[in-house]
Amino acid sequence: MESHPFEQHIPRLRRYARALVGDRYAADDLVQDTLERAWNKLHLWRQGSDLRAWLFAIMHNVFVNQVRSRRQEIERNMEELPLMAVRATQGQNLELIDMERALQALPDDQREVILLVAVEQLTYEETSRALSVPIGTVMSRLSRGRERLRQITNGEAVTPLKLVK
Amino acid sequence: MSQEISEAKLHAYVDGLLSETEREALDAHLAANPEDAARVRDWREQGQALRNRFNPVLDEPIPPRLLMRPPTFVRRYAMAACFAVGGIMVGSLLGWMARGMLPGFPLSAGGVPGFARQAAIAHVVYAPEVRHPVEVGADQEEHLVRWLSKRLGTELKCPKLAGLGYELVGGRLLSGPNGPVAHFMFQDARGARLTLYVSVQKGESRQTAFRFSQEDKVGVFYWIDGNYGYALSGEVSREALLQIADAVYKQLNP
Repeated sequence: MESHPFEQHIPRLRRYARALVGDRYAADDLVQDTLERAWNKLHLWRQGSDLRAWLFAIMHNVFVNQVRSRRQEIERNMEELPLMAVRATQGQNLELIDMERALQALPDDQREVILLVAVEQLTYEETSRALSVPIGTVMSRLSRGRERLRQITNGEAVTPLKLVK
Repeated sequence: MSQEISEAKLHAYVDGLLSETEREALDAHLAANPEDAARVRDWREQGQALRNRFNPVLDEPIPPRLLMRPPTFVRRYAMAACFAVGGIMVGSLLGWMARGMLPGFPLSAGGVPGFARQAAIAHVVYAPEVRHPVEVGADQEEHLVRWLSKRLGTELKCPKLAGLGYELVGGRLLSGPNGPVAHFMFQDARGARLTLYVSVQKGESRQTAFRFSQEDKVGVFYWIDGNYGYALSGEVSREALLQIADAVYKQLNP
């Protein structure tokens, strides 16, 4: 096989894409589009700089430009899924609804920041570069996104909850 | 302990982005502020739930479609190769016009013989190929060499470069201005590829020294030996390529 400059980064790109768009095939489409663009822009990548961060930045652009319309369709499909409460945290009377659904209820820009920080574990600085926004914007999206997720999972948001005993 | 702590600090605390001193200060703050402590706890749980949900994606096998070089990548280079072919046609014409005035082989505009540039183009076109880099694979080496020998009308030898870290991938038949061309491909453990282009040279038998040409990213060492022109191409340093070209030459002329 050909040596593949991006291969080691593909699992993490797939994880991020899966969390970002929800649907498995749409997520891999996003990864494929990202890699395709990366191949064609490889000459623009500065040797020695962080290839992974560069790939996340490309994925962000591809996502913003192309995937939104596709995702809206998936969101419509998700509306039809039964709402599930997956578990109650032991010792606390706190119900968690399916995290995936809660995540998809966030605005895109807040979901991106939460995933890059909490799942991909980028620093705020790296997140700000990947999304081409100032660090203050990263912080405010993180703050709003986390509070929103908290409301949803604590049952304070509009999403109806079922108790799991 | 009721001093105002910025929300950004609370996030940085959850995300492990604080220094140890800052973290200790926040531990104290959280012990005295149950509301902030609850937020921090919930944010942590969110992160954990997300990682639990999505980390298994890391262990899934990568779908093959994500490992292929996209066709557009090859297309770009093939297009560059087409322009280069245009250049060669002009070069060949100049070479033809200059024939009789200049010694040696027909030169392209850059002073490089046509076959060396064609070798570079063939390298750029076939080396990135994932699915069909060769027509006949190394598993049928004997057949490959017999076939190409027959088409070129000589007894070809396929150099062994394993000692230098390159294994044979296989080969293919190409067409050149003077007829058939044998094209062998090798690759190292990292997948970096070299190609050896062997073409028929018209005119009197002669011999030349090694010459080097840099065609964009591809380096080419080329020489003429008897009725055949040889060109070894690869995206490696000139020194590394020379060492390999030397080994190829020695094996072909024991």
